[in-house]
Amino acid sequence: MNSYRADLHVHTVLSPCGDLEMSPANIVEAAARNNIDILGITDHNSTRHGALIKKLAKKKGIYVLCGAEVTTKEEIHCLTFFENNDKLVTFQKYLEEHLSDVKNKPEAFGYQVVLDENEMIVGHVDKLLVSALDQTIDEVEAAVHALGGLFIPAHIDRPSFSLFSQLGFVPAGLQADALELSKPATPEQMVKQFPGLKGYTFIRSSDAHHPMQLGSGITIFEMKRRSFAEIKKALQGVGGRRVSSKW
Amino acid sequence: MKALGLTVYSGEKGLDRRVSGGYVSDLLSDVMGNADEGQVWVTLQTHKNVMAIASLKDLAAVILVSGHKPDVNTAHQSEEEAIPVLGTHLSAFDVTGKMYELIKK
Repeated sequence: MNSYRADLHVHTVLSPCGDLEMSPANIVEAAARNNIDILGITDHNSTRHGALIKKLAKKKGIYVLCGAEVTTKEEIHCLTFFENNDKLVTFQKYLEEHLSDVKNKPEAFGYQVVLDENEMIVGHVDKLLVSALDQTIDEVEAAVHALGGLFIPAHIDRPSFSLFSQLGFVPAGLQADALELSKPATPEQMVKQFPGLKGYTFIRSSDAHHPMQLGSGITIFEMKRRSFAEIKKALQGVGGRRVSSKW
Repeated sequence: MKALGLTVYSGEKGLDRRVSGGYVSDLLSDVMGNADEGQVWVTLQTHKNVMAIASLKDLAAVILVSGHKPDVNTAHQSEEEAIPVLGTHLSAFDVTGKMYELIKK
């Protein structure tokens, strides 16, 4: 088994709240500086910077999980990841179809720009990316899993936009591949306090909106190699693979 | 209920519950902490956790506003718990205002 450092929750400049410094090239630099082996790209309700960052990161030997941080109808943030570009593109269409039709007001929310590898602006997204989909958490989970993707409710213990804040507790039978914790509470403490969390795998990530924050939350993956299938198995704890974090 | 023109989606058996007041919130964590027994909960959340919290807090009923309808398993649990899920096309502001007037009388 090998050990890999992962930060699976990183925003780019495409997210209106993402700092202008969060260009694909800068993100890859920051990830390399922090010895990140596996990087998750999760803009709000968009996957559009994933492929470029994957390409740039490859040159630095960093494995990229492409996906998005989806806002469900209940306003719960959930991380989603997909195995290949075809699936990512299919999910991007789902996002565009279901995101509410509210226009971004850049002066209020920030710019939503798509960059190329030379940091030139090649597109703007008009719809406000921080608004919600018209899909329930169960519908989003089903759509992600239909594409063989990973579904991880984000910062579930945060007082806003989280499973706990919006729905009070983890719904019975929720099919999550893992749950992301934001507080410095250990999984053991969390399970003791909220017995409904028993049996879930926990990850920790940075939720970086600025290059300085990248790597401030790390999950260690112990598995054979870096691949989507191995990551899935590590989250399931299959065959001695596991994930852990310094809490 | 007639006075408010509400639709009964589920939990009809519980329509005779005594109403002590109301609570308006879309954050289930907030309702869990702050709603009181016998209150009618006005919300747009339709997830089944709504019923778990309504049952935990022993609420009189749930009113879904702005035309929202309960998820299938929400309606199912409402039947089991005999806590009605009601609906209106009115906004939370309008239905709450009407209800407040009724309760004041």
